[in-house]
Amino acid sequence: MDPKDIIKPENLVYRKSRLMSDNVFNFCPGCGHGVVVRTIAEVIEEMGIEHDVIGISPVGCSVFLYDFYKFDVVEAAHGRACAVATGIKRIQPDKYVFTYQGDGDLAAIGTGETMHACNRGENIVIVFINNGIYGMTGGQMAPTTLEGMKTTTCPRGRDVRTMGYPLNITPLLAQLDGVYYVTRHSVHTPANVRKLKKALRQAFENQRDRKGTSIVEVVSNCNSGWGMSPKAANDWMVENMFRKYPLGDIKVDGKLVMDMNAKR
Amino acid sequence: MEEKEIRLMKGNEAIAEAAIRAGADAYYGYPITPQTEVMEYLMETDAYARTGMVVLQAESEVSAINMVYGAAATGHRVLTSSSSPGISLMSEGISYIAGAELPCLLINVSRGGPGLGTIQPSQADYFQTVKGGGHGDYKLLTLAPKSVQEMADFIAEGFDLAFKYRNPVMILSDGALGQMMEKVQLPNQRPRMTEYPDWATNGTPEGKERRYVTSLNLHPLQHELVNQRLQAKYRTMERDEVRYEMIGCDDAEYIIVAFGIIARIAQKSIESARAKGHKVGLFRPITLYPFPSGEIRALAEGKRIKGIMSVELNAGQMIEDVRLAIEGRKPIGFFGRLGGMVPTPEEIENALYRQFGL
Amino acid sequence: MAKIQGAVTIDNDRCKGCELCVNTCLQHVLGMSAKVNGKGYHYAYMENPGACTGCTNCAVICPDGVISVYRAKVGE
Repeated sequence: MDPKDIIKPENLVYRKSRLMSDNVFNFCPGCGHGVVVRTIAEVIEEMGIEHDVIGISPVGCSVFLYDFYKFDVVEAAHGRACAVATGIKRIQPDKYVFTYQGDGDLAAIGTGETMHACNRGENIVIVFINNGIYGMTGGQMAPTTLEGMKTTTCPRGRDVRTMGYPLNITPLLAQLDGVYYVTRHSVHTPANVRKLKKALRQAFENQRDRKGTSIVEVVSNCNSGWGMSPKAANDWMVENMFRKYPLGDIKVDGKLVMDMNAKR
Repeated sequence: MEEKEIRLMKGNEAIAEAAIRAGADAYYGYPITPQTEVMEYLMETDAYARTGMVVLQAESEVSAINMVYGAAATGHRVLTSSSSPGISLMSEGISYIAGAELPCLLINVSRGGPGLGTIQPSQADYFQTVKGGGHGDYKLLTLAPKSVQEMADFIAEGFDLAFKYRNPVMILSDGALGQMMEKVQLPNQRPRMTEYPDWATNGTPEGKERRYVTSLNLHPLQHELVNQRLQAKYRTMERDEVRYEMIGCDDAEYIIVAFGIIARIAQKSIESARAKGHKVGLFRPITLYPFPSGEIRALAEGKRIKGIMSVELNAGQMIEDVRLAIEGRKPIGFFGRLGGMVPTPEEIENALYRQFGL
Repeated sequence: MAKIQGAVTIDNDRCKGCELCVNTCLQHVLGMSAKVNGKGYHYAYMENPGACTGCTNCAVICPDGVISVYRAKVGE
């Protein structure tokens, strides 16, 4: 059968969320950011909450979120997303508020804001993109950069004796009483994207049910920063990033489910 | 007419009570002397129970100002207060708020600097307040109260100005005004807002275009246009919002220019000088930005005027604006105390005689 | 017997040529065009349309959301 005969509105089974604008992503080819941004929109569309949602896009590759969504978005200073989200959510507890933060934002400059928002159990969703590097400024060392991994500010590889260790922050946040849900995902295969979507849905439902802070970490790639093709970057991610940042649930229904002492 | 309640209050308490009565939606702050009573009062009086006003102690001033940014982005009436070192920490967020054109009320109950400095009153944050503080070409509409009454009065007025211009408004106070107790006539309770501006990012209404708040523009031409819009707004403020007070300036030969608490002390100085036959007047800028340059220039152009002296609780900051206003038309003098010290009326009076050879 | 057949549309102008969809497609439907789009990227296209099952994997993995998927029962 000719594809033309199949490509009809009644046969449509997948399209970009209608909550996405027509602007082209500023992300590099093959970047996991695009998949996560799209998947968030799908979840919001399916839950039918687009009139009550406010996204927070802090500095980093996440900063242009407002160009891509057809719902309200507030840009935030570097690291301050969780404080901005708190300010919004506290006066409008019935709205859905989510932050979309990179590793530099969440785990370096914004550690304080993130940790205290979590500790207060702010009823928000935190989406955390961990690709081990500063993408927007051109590939500098992030708190999550792996030991030995090369970036422009550790060109001979991260030396943990002088540069500190890769910061595995979500298990730390999971130990805070205000945090209800922590889970770690990736978007390098369709199956993983589908799992992420379920996790995001769970996170927004937690917010609806006023459960406290939900954190969805996405271990992702940065082809440009890592200096690899998209496929090679994904392969490298599986082999290296997942060893330090294994996928799976960390805290579910307010209970820790990941063995914190497991050797990685 | 409805009778207004009169109470004996600390300046900091008056700020808090006035904020509740102004229909504020939220206060986000962090403790710092000498303004901590603001949040203490809001908690003690249970602002949330009274009006639904949210009061939250943040983990830092950095966080507090970004909570303000978030709430302001949703078009709500939100305020914070701090003191000098805390305002320094907030400066990043203030720049973002100004850049994103959001309304909010900021209060600096300032203290002596630099660094940790002292907890005593100071006006050394004048430059920080009216010349920038944070990065970029922005202005804070700045009100300088001289009494606990004005501390209270400027709250609702500050909110209204902030929304009128979509711009942060600063109340530049000091440790003396924050801590001293005076009789204050409190405003009546104003309801909280129920409708929010069109630009407010509080969830896209059905059938409407989504909104977004940002201070970012990657295209320089676009960002030049944003800056030009900001500048046009500032010119409007300069035209329409200048506030000042003149005491005994009609027949004066010498003028003392002073703002805030020191203006009240200087008022004693001019009374004493007049008793000795010296015709001295007091000019008190109430808005520090926009600065009453035109009014000071007009005074300086008066034939009688022989000299103008700026009196400040700093090493000489506002004097630069006074000098720019006078443009060399008359001799200018300065008297200031530093680091949290407050002069007596006699010190000011004597400084005037010394500077102008009286 | 009814057979499921799929087809995709790809927004050539917005495709950034990352090839993730090509690598993801188990049926080897997709390939990269020899031509480039306005941005200079080789874009993905249906090289082997008859093999498409409409599984949506390519669209789910696409970082730029340029793929729409259609699926129909064909033949009886």
